[in-house]
Amino acid sequence: MKFRLSRTRVPLLATSAVFALFYTGACMRYDGFFSWTVFVNLLHDNAFLGLAAIGMTFVILAGGIDLSVGALVGFTSTFIARLIAHQLHPLPAILIALVIGTGFGAGMGALIRFAALPPFLVTLAGMFFMRGLGFAVSLETIPIKHPFYEAISEFSLRVFPVTALLFLVALIAAVYVAHYTPFGRAVYAIGGNEQSALLMALPVGRAKVRVYALSGFCSALAGVTYTFYTSSGNATAGTMLELDAIAAVVIGGTLLSGGVGYVFGTLIGVLILGVIQTIITFEGTLSSWWTKIAIGLLLLGFILLQRFLQSSAGRGGLGVANPAMARP
Amino acid sequence: MNSASVISTDEAPLLAVRGVTKIFPGVRALDGVDFTLRRGEIHALMGENGAGKSTLIKVLTGADRRDGGEILFDGCSIDPRSPAEAQRLGISTVYQEVNLIPFLSVAENIYLGRQPMKFGRIDWKQINLRAAAALKRLDVEMEVTQPLNSYSPAVQQMVAIARALDIRAKVLVLDEPTSSLDANEVGHLFAVLRRLKAEGLGIIFVSHFLDQVYAVSDRFTVLRNGKLIGEHEAAKLPRLELVAKMIGKDLKAVEEMSARRGAEPVRTAHHPFLRVIGLGRRGSMTPFDLTIRAGEVVGLAGLLGSGRTETARLLFGIDRAEAGRMEIDGKLVTLTSPRGAIGRRFGFCPEDRKTQAVIPDLSVRENIVLALQASKGWLRKISTQQQQELAENYIKALGIATSDAEQPIKLLSGGNQQKAILARWLASHPRFLILDEPTRGIDIGAKAEIEKLIARLCSEGMAILFISSELEEVVRDSHRVVVLRDRKKVCELTGDQIDLPSIMQAIAARADE
Repeated sequence: MKFRLSRTRVPLLATSAVFALFYTGACMRYDGFFSWTVFVNLLHDNAFLGLAAIGMTFVILAGGIDLSVGALVGFTSTFIARLIAHQLHPLPAILIALVIGTGFGAGMGALIRFAALPPFLVTLAGMFFMRGLGFAVSLETIPIKHPFYEAISEFSLRVFPVTALLFLVALIAAVYVAHYTPFGRAVYAIGGNEQSALLMALPVGRAKVRVYALSGFCSALAGVTYTFYTSSGNATAGTMLELDAIAAVVIGGTLLSGGVGYVFGTLIGVLILGVIQTIITFEGTLSSWWTKIAIGLLLLGFILLQRFLQSSAGRGGLGVANPAMARP
Repeated sequence: MNSASVISTDEAPLLAVRGVTKIFPGVRALDGVDFTLRRGEIHALMGENGAGKSTLIKVLTGADRRDGGEILFDGCSIDPRSPAEAQRLGISTVYQEVNLIPFLSVAENIYLGRQPMKFGRIDWKQINLRAAAALKRLDVEMEVTQPLNSYSPAVQQMVAIARALDIRAKVLVLDEPTSSLDANEVGHLFAVLRRLKAEGLGIIFVSHFLDQVYAVSDRFTVLRNGKLIGEHEAAKLPRLELVAKMIGKDLKAVEEMSARRGAEPVRTAHHPFLRVIGLGRRGSMTPFDLTIRAGEVVGLAGLLGSGRTETARLLFGIDRAEAGRMEIDGKLVTLTSPRGAIGRRFGFCPEDRKTQAVIPDLSVRENIVLALQASKGWLRKISTQQQQELAENYIKALGIATSDAEQPIKLLSGGNQQKAILARWLASHPRFLILDEPTRGIDIGAKAEIEKLIARLCSEGMAILFISSELEEVVRDSHRVVVLRDRKKVCELTGDQIDLPSIMQAIAARADE
């Protein structure tokens, strides 16, 4: 039983080990890497990726995919900047953007539920639509100049800037939703076996719509965070962010077929992507494309690990997938 | 036996189905069926393929909606529109394949969707405590925080029952609950069912295993072709009579019919083509011996679920045998895949023509050439001209009614599709052909032609394994008949022994006789 318990968390343990390896390696190689500033910057620089990845975690856990994430970040950032440029106070601007993001996600979810369309195609259409809409709002970068915005952007709690705070608070809320609410458990059940979930009388359709609404909300919040991070809005923001988010989720130990994974794993996944990026910055001479190469190799490694765990679980008797469990 | 405890009361039955009809395109799956479930009884639903058992269960559990008739539950008319609604009413179902979530913990699987809450969040402590208690009620003690898939199918089944009962079910539907359990596990399950029955639950039990049905049921309802055949007390219905009702034969008529004999025994000069010794696989077939000679038709007889198709799959290498050995022409061989079987010149016409054999959008020619091309390997392509000749030959030889060889096969009638599939295997000149229900769903004329074809092929020296649920066909066409029951070979009849009553006796015999 001890052995089984440890095996159920192999992907998460592997992810944590990889992070520890990269982080300590970097700390030993570069002076000044081991400092609060670098670590907090890791959170600060990757907050909007992290927020998007949290929403993506739920979507993937439920056995779906959301490709509209990056486009929604771009749209949200330009949209907020434009509203503020038109003399709207930042607070209502942010609120409107969040409502639009959530509503847009819910709309895609409703299409997936009622028209029984594949999530890949619906969210692909959503991605083109939102990216286009962002450019319709503005082709140029719009700077945000507002005393309220400056105050927020510069706000920090001890060492944590507002971006990192948003990410961490969202993370805690997401862990709670995933493990302590019936909705969160329904998400795991749907990803585990949708047919069974239906026969167990779970609200499968409703949960699906809510999952995409949640992802839309997270992406909009990521867009908001982007505006704090850059003090501007830009329709090209978050280009290919959805792919980074998917990579972070999978490297974080969530099964791409759904039903198995942790929100906490996604945090580690995001941190790994961030550490690789930081290492390349510290190295100075390396091209930033090395980040992509490293991520590609890591992703491959983790997919192979998942496949291996699945087949060894199959030999264990039932032929069902990876026996990872879902509750801490 | 144990069926003495039928509780007879004057109160209204727990569940009363009256004249329920369900129509699917082209079929009356249920035709005015009555069914009555009393409190505190285990009631078995019996019937062969297409009888309407699963449709009746789907209608009861809200998976399908009825087209006519009435269902009274506790005296009130109900019309469940979804499994969820049926569950809320108190009708819970445990399906053949465990329908739970494999990755989640045992405890969570029992309470998913109905979690006890505390301070607005899920109370995991309560869930684990209550799950352990619910399982203890079924005499199962286990670590409820472990993922479900770390346990055996039998334990998972118990978890499914615990969940069903915890919804405060009054009716428990068990659809083939024992197909993946061993004898001990079945014993445990039955002990639990008897206790639940004593607590007043109504249990509907569907199983293909006659021994099990007799061991645990108080009553049977027999269906055939969507119609009610009758309701009987288990203690008063001899097995032979039950089998006769299920397959639609009048027992008296059958006994008078014993004059009909099988085909003449094959001259012993023919050498055994295929010999298997102790071939078996857990959960599929108990190890069996079988010899098939060249030029011989061996019939496989048995009820639905008795292991006919499983035997065919083992012989053809679709399922890997876990025990036993196989000899071809006296030489030991190991079959690990259908490809290997085809290489040894085996052919297999599977039971389900629509999903396993016919490729609907391809032409008749392409469907016929498929197996031959596969046995040659895809690199050595058969030229279009050869393909056309081949197809034309078989269309003529088998009398396939099609305007030409280029018709998509889906436009042909069932009988003609079947002939085209036969042609597919004949084109690769097999030495051994397995025919699983080759006559199902085709008209009488086509049936006769296929039977004639079987006789001709074996006179040309082919060995044939013939599977059919039409026992008369088996009697008529076989040189030898192997009878299966409950995934076991129970006897082998040759020559004069082959007649309908003997086969039915063998099917209906009790395991301990």
